[in-house]
Amino acid sequence: MDALILQTLNGLDKGSAYALIALGLTLIFGTLGVVNFAHGTLFMIGAFCAVTLQRLLSLSQVTIDPTKKDFLGNALKVKTPYIEAWFGKDAGAAIVNWSVPLSILLAIPVMLVVGFVMERGLIKHFYKRPHADQILVTFGLAIVLQEVIKYYFGANPIPTAAPTDFAGSIDFGVWMGFPPNDIIYPYWRMVYFLFSVVVIGAVFAFLQFTTFGMVVRAGMADRETVGLLGINIDRRFTIMFGIAAVVAGTAGAMYTPINSPAFTMGMNFLVLSFVVVVVGGMGSLPGAVLSGFLLGILESYASMNWIKDVIPGIDQIIIYVIAIIVLLTRPRGLMGRKGVMED
Amino acid sequence: MLGLGKKDLTFLLIVLLLTLAAPILLNPFAEGSAMAQFNAGYPDLMQRIAIFAIFAVGFNILFGLTGYLSFGHAAFIGIGSYAMVWMLKLLTMNILPGLILATLMGGAFALLIGFVSLRRSGIYFSILTLAFAQMSFNMAYSVLTPITGGENGLGPALGDPRVLDAAAANGTIPEVNLFGLSMRATYELDLAGRVFQFNAGYYVCGLLSVFMFYLALRLFRSPFGMMLRAIKCNQHRLNYTGLHSRPYMLSAFVISGMYAGLAGGLMAAMDPLAGADRMQWQASGEVVLMVILGGVGTMLGPVLGAGFIKYCENIFSKINDHVLHEWFSIFPKWLENLLVTIVHPFVGQGWHLTLGVLFMLVVIFLPGGLIEGGQRIGRLIRRKPDAKGKAAATTPAE
Repeated sequence: MDALILQTLNGLDKGSAYALIALGLTLIFGTLGVVNFAHGTLFMIGAFCAVTLQRLLSLSQVTIDPTKKDFLGNALKVKTPYIEAWFGKDAGAAIVNWSVPLSILLAIPVMLVVGFVMERGLIKHFYKRPHADQILVTFGLAIVLQEVIKYYFGANPIPTAAPTDFAGSIDFGVWMGFPPNDIIYPYWRMVYFLFSVVVIGAVFAFLQFTTFGMVVRAGMADRETVGLLGINIDRRFTIMFGIAAVVAGTAGAMYTPINSPAFTMGMNFLVLSFVVVVVGGMGSLPGAVLSGFLLGILESYASMNWIKDVIPGIDQIIIYVIAIIVLLTRPRGLMGRKGVMED
Repeated sequence: MLGLGKKDLTFLLIVLLLTLAAPILLNPFAEGSAMAQFNAGYPDLMQRIAIFAIFAVGFNILFGLTGYLSFGHAAFIGIGSYAMVWMLKLLTMNILPGLILATLMGGAFALLIGFVSLRRSGIYFSILTLAFAQMSFNMAYSVLTPITGGENGLGPALGDPRVLDAAAANGTIPEVNLFGLSMRATYELDLAGRVFQFNAGYYVCGLLSVFMFYLALRLFRSPFGMMLRAIKCNQHRLNYTGLHSRPYMLSAFVISGMYAGLAGGLMAAMDPLAGADRMQWQASGEVVLMVILGGVGTMLGPVLGAGFIKYCENIFSKINDHVLHEWFSIFPKWLENLLVTIVHPFVGQGWHLTLGVLFMLVVIFLPGGLIEGGQRIGRLIRRKPDAKGKAAATTPAE
């Protein structure tokens, strides 16, 4: 039982990432009708926003401290981050420490700009082209963005630490009456899960309770009619693309302490996220979120030892097996709407 | 002759001649000259071009004719490679049984995967094939390690049974061969400052690829090919006429799987080491790039695309800052440095960036690939005198 709870928890953080990317993918598909193979790259760019911010914050000025000597007997050079010089030692150190959560503030404008440029510059011209062309051009874009990031940040994963306040693990089992040290869960993963719940809730609330969201939902149902009512639906859809990019980007930025960002991470997540979207049902937002968490947790269950003893290697392929079963038994996915992508 | 029209026959003969003469044609620059690095006439690269041409031509039968975009064809390459290496290990170092088994295994797995995947179309089909390929990749990497060698890859070893071969007396692994002709055997011809290398392995790959090209040509011109085109055109209407299109789709899928299996087998025959990374989705993406870049649905397009990508991959990766400085040394120093800085991200390690940009440009502006580009240029050249005449005719009227 405790093992099951532990694996559920372990699956939640990966499931959160899947759900967030899949949510963005579905938003883009549902509004613009475009299959975006570059969405994983947006996740990766978000992660590198965190890296950039951390590097920016730790830019240091070098001063010579004549009172101390290094091992050669010369005056010691002391590096002080500018941020500590400006805001005082404690506040500065705290800001550097919190750079990953703070990077959301950087990621939001960056991702909005990236999203708008991408949509207006490239994807706009592909509304009417076949889905195969959309897949191919965004696939090409993904390669380009990935290589640009690789050029500037190198090919190796860059460790990015969470704030030290979240460094340890939480003894989750004690809360539920298990003996201590039975179910241990890192704080940051908990934070990531809560973060994803907040983001997902915000997106749904935005679509459900604002006029803007209502128009977007109307446009998803029948774009032409909404356009005929004199509403500039294209502009709203472009904004939704930006929002989807922001969701992916912030998800990537917050994911950095769990998995050191490397330029390949986007594509690795993308392949799985597409499976998630298809399992959830193309075009269904709740379906994407549900299947994201579902597949994340199932993947984590499958990595339990006694299951691996029964079916060796199941942890590597469980997601694909589920995808195949779902697609063959429920062709529209778990919660797919009728008439979406059925040509 | 050969069941081809006169035009196709000439076309095939030209392809055959080009293949045979490739070691000479691809080596136009003298040894030691500054341009020598652009030579492509060495066996390793030519073999790879021929092998990927087979792969791309096979993929084009599925994607070009039926419009079904598979993102998992690399799985068949991997399966073919493993089949080949196992034949080298168990039976004989002669590549023939291995090639046959690789082709059959590719076809068998394609039958299995296609039977399931073809129930869906569009993006669902792409995702399903991708899922199967990733599944094979993950399994080859983990559970199936006894069969696939896992991370280390699979290669012939000294202790292998090789029941058909006589035991090697000197305790070395015998060379990969075709009825005694070693795949490494190379005849070097030193002529006019150029070293032409005629490699047995290349000719095996090249002739096989011409043969596979011929089969594809027949298939394109056959009623079966017509049916596949009809599926691409409008599958619904085809179904309304009371025709069950799935068997046709499945045959196309299996045929392209066999092409991929053969390509994988050849890959392992030229370099007897099979690794799981051949099955990864990047490899599937690569063949899609080749076909798109060359021209979807055309005969020569995939071959051109395969040659172009493999050639550029080799050449671009070799260019470094030193070479760039040499090229731009005719400009003033500041301009030279600027140009080098601009070009630097696109060459050497950054070759994939060039590929990505190129690919995007082709998809955006030239959906028909290099072939369409060539046709457009051809039309432009032919129209020029014509346009001039028109302009002359209209001038007085103004």
